[in-house]
Amino acid sequence: MSIALYIIVMAGVTYLIRMLPFAFFRKKIKSVFLRSFLHYIPYAVLSAMTIPAIFYSTGNFITAAAGSVTALVLAYFDLPLIVVAIAASAAAFGAGIFF
Amino acid sequence: MKSKDFILGIKDGIPIGLGYLSVSFGFGITAVRLGISVLSAFIISLTNLTSAGQAEGVNIIASHGTLIEMALVQLVINLRYALMALSLSQNLDRSFTLRHRFIAAYGITDEIFAVCATKKEPITPVYMYGIIIVATAGWTFGTFLGAAAGEILPADIISALGIMLYGMFIAIIVPPASKNKSIFVVVAFAAAMSTLCRYFLTFLSSGFVVIICGISASLIGAWLFPVKEAEKT
Repeated sequence: MSIALYIIVMAGVTYLIRMLPFAFFRKKIKSVFLRSFLHYIPYAVLSAMTIPAIFYSTGNFITAAAGSVTALVLAYFDLPLIVVAIAASAAAFGAGIFF
Repeated sequence: MKSKDFILGIKDGIPIGLGYLSVSFGFGITAVRLGISVLSAFIISLTNLTSAGQAEGVNIIASHGTLIEMALVQLVINLRYALMALSLSQNLDRSFTLRHRFIAAYGITDEIFAVCATKKEPITPVYMYGIIIVATAGWTFGTFLGAAAGEILPADIISALGIMLYGMFIAIIVPPASKNKSIFVVVAFAAAMSTLCRYFLTFLSSGFVVIICGISASLIGAWLFPVKEAEKT
């Protein structure tokens, strides 16, 4: 299938999700359950996307594991996004020299 | 008054644009590793302006998923924007006509929402355009750099950089999860379920795994730990 078709669907859906409520809805969501559900969605989705995929992200399980552990520890100590990301890559690269 | 708001938007957009530069660099690398061209990666960033949705989107493209899967994945991953759009729509300036809403809706991202949502005075279209222009510039330029680097740099560096985007996702979810029990439970449940799907329900493509795990973990979170208005982040 043509990549253009994928991009059109991707961009179209993403735009409509933003545009429809922004342009047309004028009420607040009252349901606590629905609001809570939407509150948890980003965390749940990012978690499901990252694990276990991160362990396959370098093409070598050991180097990816080294990078993942580095990212987990640095993120736990609240380091900035870019620092965590670069350190994870550096750890994966370093581990790649030995394995 | 109008141009002042625009300048203010540009100013507020600079830290966002710089942050996007690095995240989208990771996206560019990931896209090229999956066999997507520099131009396609750039167009995806320009038309979508979202990290998680694009990251899963290129996975679906690379695995030749269906368009239905693509649409559902984007719907679930980006559902939060609907809530943000709804919330922003409550505090718009009178000059924010329907036409402006159609245009500015393009730029509702987590970060732009966060900046706009903390404004006390009503938001004007030009203010949002200022932020969006800088943020989009950072996002697309970073994608281009990452994708181009992915085609030039040696293979062992590229594979090490493949972990960058996931490293950023870890940096987004771990701090709130370590401080907030409910988020920790949701995150742990989603990770465990996604791992089980990966090894035992191998017929499920990665997009559907994200949909199923994301929705069920969030339902469990909403059921066990309902969020009251005041504690909403």
